[in-house]
Amino acid sequence: MEYFIELFLGGLTRGSIYALIALGYTMVYGIIQLINFAHGEIYMIGAFTALIVASVLTILGLNGIAILILAGIIAVIYSAAYGFTMEKIAYRPLRSAPRLSPLISAIGMSIFLQNYVLLAQTSDFLPFPALIPEFGFMEPVSHIVSSAELVIILTTASVMVLLTLFIKYTRMGKAMRATSQDKKMARLIGIDVDKVISLTFIIGSSLAALGGVLIASHIGQINFYIGFIAGIKAFTAAVLGGIGSIPGAVLGALILGWTESFATGYVSSDYEDVFAFSLLVFILIFRPAGILGKSETQKV
Amino acid sequence: MRKLLSFLLVAVAAVFIMTACSQQSEEPAQEETTQETTQEETQEAEASTEPIKIGVAGPHSGDLASYGIPTANAVKLYVDEINSNGGVNGRQIELVVEDDVCKPEVAANTAAKLVSEEVVAVVGHICSGATKAALGMYKDAQIPVMSPSATNPALTKSGDYPNFFRTIAPDDSQARLQVDFALDKLGLKKLAVIHDKGDYGKGLAEFAKSFIEQAEGAEVVLYEGVTPGAVDYSAVVQKVKQSEADGVIFGGYHPEASKIVTVMKKKKLEIPFISDDGVKDETFIKVAGDFAEGVYATGPKDVESNPLSQKAINAHVEKYGEKPGAFYLNGYSAIIAFINAIDVADSTEYDAIVNALTTEYVETPVGNISFDKKGDAIGVGFSVYQVQNGEYVELQ
Repeated sequence: MEYFIELFLGGLTRGSIYALIALGYTMVYGIIQLINFAHGEIYMIGAFTALIVASVLTILGLNGIAILILAGIIAVIYSAAYGFTMEKIAYRPLRSAPRLSPLISAIGMSIFLQNYVLLAQTSDFLPFPALIPEFGFMEPVSHIVSSAELVIILTTASVMVLLTLFIKYTRMGKAMRATSQDKKMARLIGIDVDKVISLTFIIGSSLAALGGVLIASHIGQINFYIGFIAGIKAFTAAVLGGIGSIPGAVLGALILGWTESFATGYVSSDYEDVFAFSLLVFILIFRPAGILGKSETQKV
Repeated sequence: MRKLLSFLLVAVAAVFIMTACSQQSEEPAQEETTQETTQEETQEAEASTEPIKIGVAGPHSGDLASYGIPTANAVKLYVDEINSNGGVNGRQIELVVEDDVCKPEVAANTAAKLVSEEVVAVVGHICSGATKAALGMYKDAQIPVMSPSATNPALTKSGDYPNFFRTIAPDDSQARLQVDFALDKLGLKKLAVIHDKGDYGKGLAEFAKSFIEQAEGAEVVLYEGVTPGAVDYSAVVQKVKQSEADGVIFGGYHPEASKIVTVMKKKKLEIPFISDDGVKDETFIKVAGDFAEGVYATGPKDVESNPLSQKAINAHVEKYGEKPGAFYLNGYSAIIAFINAIDVADSTEYDAIVNALTTEYVETPVGNISFDKKGDAIGVGFSVYQVQNGEYVELQ
């Protein structure tokens, strides 16, 4: 039973990270029907920013919690700026182009950002300081869950709640929902669609950066390539849950995390990815729109 | 209904792929015992005074010449020394140096040339591919061959070439060392073997697994591959914990190793972690930080401090005015081993030389070595290192 709980919590941690990244995919897709393949790179840039900030603050001699919060905030702001700029230069000019063009542009952006960080930083793995402090739990619990895992799970959960409240109850959230339903109509009733799209990128990028900081501090190392695999997994999670749906992305991410964790625990880690992607195929056969996705009727 | 059918098809296909994957590794290592009764010409039984011919093969021109020339130089330097001291068994040594450019098709010609020159032994070839292409010809002609650099395990392990020896450790000897260290020195019984699914890591892990299974009283309680670059490895670490392993052997590189070690320490899983020269890297210590303390890793032995290798290197510097290149010491050791074998056997016959190589220990720059039945040097190669206070320390 203890083993099951450990795997469950491990899957939950992993799923939380996927969820933070998957939200960016799903929100961007919900608004402009674009799969933003450069999203994983924003996650990586968030982690790098936090590393640089944390190193500087450590030299200045701040204490642990202050470094964590400051590094987190600066990483979020910096990555949000990247997301905002990326949308402006790579996607906005292509907004009325056929849907394939922004997709190619996104892939180009992803490769560009990877190489940019590779050249600006290094190709080596870099040690990432453990920003999340280890607080000792009682004896049986400390074996099962670490403070870093707990922080990741709780942070993700509260971010989800905040995001849901924002979209449900604020004017801007309402505008986002309206834009995602019908861009042209939203513009006609006076919604600044460009602003909504920019905001979507900013929120998505902030969440990804937050995920990057948390996971890097949990596993203790980063390099320029970490965004690729995390991005693919988060994208899978978003599709699994139904791309375009925010609760779907969270659900998909958690299911993916648990599938991987239990597949590793009870079968073999050799088949971790096999199970994860078999699950995706399985869901897509029976529910092509994903678990919580709505199948749309194409407007002709 | 249609959907269900198609899903079932996919599922069945998936199961087939999985079973196919898990069965492939069970092939028995085929061991051909090529024990041909050899009727050596007894013509040289009477003490002849003719020079003993030894072949040297390797790339001496072309883009890989930098790998072959140091060995040729090593052989020349040592043979000059022997000849000026009166030779072996009262006979001088004559070298036949042939270029194979590291190309298999040229290597076969080189071998034919050396065979027709009636050399009694060959130092070379350098590249594994060229070595393999040439070996059959030497085998038919009953000539022992010793490579300073061909590390492909199959060259010795397959048993196809009883005339082949090498003074460099094959790719699998690290696994041997890891297992011996874990079982004998650390006294571990239940081992978890983990790899990164790559050629190098998985290859080592497979060898380690089979060595543990052959050993008395030891068992592999977990054998798994992890996905390089995965977000975290806590599930696999939980599994190691669940398997009640008392040690972990990991085949792969440092990024995965440092993640696994970190999670292990965080989960309070305090068991030895033994890895390979992909992990014996400064980056590992830098990245894993305090979590790296106590980790074992195998890596190439430090032979530069051996007085014999210093002597060999000095001889090269004196003659050529520069430090020798790659495999120089391995080449030097090869010719020492051959000449020692001829000296001890007091003969240049194939059986006598091979017998002397496999029974006698000889002091060489790469250590005090002999050869096992398959042709790998015993005593060459790797040492176990441990991270102590932020650096790798060679364990004795």
